[in-house]
Amino acid sequence: MPNILALIELSSTGEIRGTAPSLIAAAARLGTPVAVAAVAPGGGAGLLDALGALGAEHVFLAESDQVDKVLVSPQLEALVAANAALEPAGILVMNSVEGRDVGARLAVRIHGGLSIDAVDLRSDAGKIIATHSIFGGAYTVESTVEDGPVIVTLRPGVIQDRAEATTATLTTVQVTADSGATIDGITDAVGTSSRPELREAKIVVSGGRGLGSKEKFELVERLADALGAAVGASRAAVDAGYVPQTSQVGQTGTTVAPQLYIALGISGAIQHRAGMQTAKTIVAINKDADAPIFDIADYGIVGDVFTVVPQLIEALQARAAS
Amino acid sequence: MKIVVLMKQVPDTYEERKLDPATGILDRAASEPIIDEIGERALEVALRYKDANKGTEIVLLSMGPASLTSSLRKGLSLGVDAAVHILDESLAGADLGRTATVLAAALTKSGYDLVVAGNESTDGRGGVMPAMIAEHLGLPHLSFLDSVTISEDQVSGTRGTESGSMDVRTNLPAIVSVTERTPEVRFPNFKGILSAKKKPLTVLSLDDLGVASDELAGGRSVVLSTSERPTRTAGTKVVDEGNAGVDLAEFLAAGHLI
Repeated sequence: MPNILALIELSSTGEIRGTAPSLIAAAARLGTPVAVAAVAPGGGAGLLDALGALGAEHVFLAESDQVDKVLVSPQLEALVAANAALEPAGILVMNSVEGRDVGARLAVRIHGGLSIDAVDLRSDAGKIIATHSIFGGAYTVESTVEDGPVIVTLRPGVIQDRAEATTATLTTVQVTADSGATIDGITDAVGTSSRPELREAKIVVSGGRGLGSKEKFELVERLADALGAAVGASRAAVDAGYVPQTSQVGQTGTTVAPQLYIALGISGAIQHRAGMQTAKTIVAINKDADAPIFDIADYGIVGDVFTVVPQLIEALQARAAS
Repeated sequence: MKIVVLMKQVPDTYEERKLDPATGILDRAASEPIIDEIGERALEVALRYKDANKGTEIVLLSMGPASLTSSLRKGLSLGVDAAVHILDESLAGADLGRTATVLAAALTKSGYDLVVAGNESTDGRGGVMPAMIAEHLGLPHLSFLDSVTISEDQVSGTRGTESGSMDVRTNLPAIVSVTERTPEVRFPNFKGILSAKKKPLTVLSLDDLGVASDELAGGRSVVLSTSERPTRTAGTKVVDEGNAGVDLAEFLAAGHLI
């Protein structure tokens, strides 16, 4: 089976990011999964066992004293070195900020083709076929790369299977880059929220302009917490300053595909629908009976969110207690 | 300082957007083409530097069909000094690799101290073009910047990541991309609209750039199939008569959604 490289992202304290299991599982579908990581010299202790446990047959560690000091270059040089040494049939990175930066430069460096934001991956007669979800899921497109190496960026949260744990073998090399931008400081987000991450949540509760104010938006958070859901918002609610932009669901925000999406006081402009219309079940509550959100809702309630939602929360709590 | 701002024409996200089912390429006739909002924010970053530093030259660079002219004129009315339009029929449906090759060639031709782009377009959402161009040109790049500070010989900023943020900087020349957290673009004033007509708008073909129309840089993305998702239909719709919250809890429980 051909080698498939998977770029493992590490935190500034050296922990394996939560996206690694799905990336290794995707690589295992296509060939022999090889985990590639850039680490500070001597900083890779523990990675071999941990990555083997996630299914990596081989671990390729590129040591560089530029890790966490120079942007992108250490990870890029790690993949360049692994590509030269292992001649893989494909290279997988996450469709994250780091993964896209590294994948983009790598594609130009090794004359490869980029396959962006894959939501599914399979191998067909030796070719890697990627599935993409375009315009917020309005279209499904399959693509492949011809006449050169394949570099795929994988959407977080879409590959649910996991590779079987194994005992990995290890290669360690030293890499260095000539140049690159300087990292002056890294701030890891403080884990103040116990809520799930918006992109990967099974349930999302979103609020729109209909909430009326930043204070009243708290109702959305209360329902989200009652359901163990992530909090989202329409662009109108973000523009009105009710919530930060990171909560925005829609074409210019995050695209979500949860099991359950509850839209509170959201009219359902195309802009918003493009970010949530592939949700399995959509529930909408809105005062305006003509709001377009009702056209795509599996369960729509024409009513006031400030009476329906508190009643719903109470009913949920009563169920939980019984 | 010469700042080149990259701009892309995209279908309006407030309308229905379509792909051509036969080719998988964007159906440009299906929706109104507009300047991508994120590219406008990139332009605002350059304009603010020019506000504070007279003598700054801003060039707007874009690749796309003939309809691009109106978008470039809008940019010129906002205070851009010159616009460059790469127009070539053989570029229709160009993939990321080809687009990066062409834009890098155009930048080499125009010259630059700093290149500013949006982090990702609202149509393709690739978020890779600035980094690909940087690799072609051998430049450092700072991507996904939530804030940008430009000085005479450096650019710095805060880069948002999934796990937090990073403070980053690099010497010029460099390429940066900015996110939706940077300020919205200003409105054109009357004087700007009048002067836009006198400003240079250069149209360049691949020949002008010295890029062969059939040049293959290596791997190419090929669309194998395109399918449209069936339209979602409305389900149950009820008017709250005092019990809708309880009924909804019932619905969620019955569907094992909670």
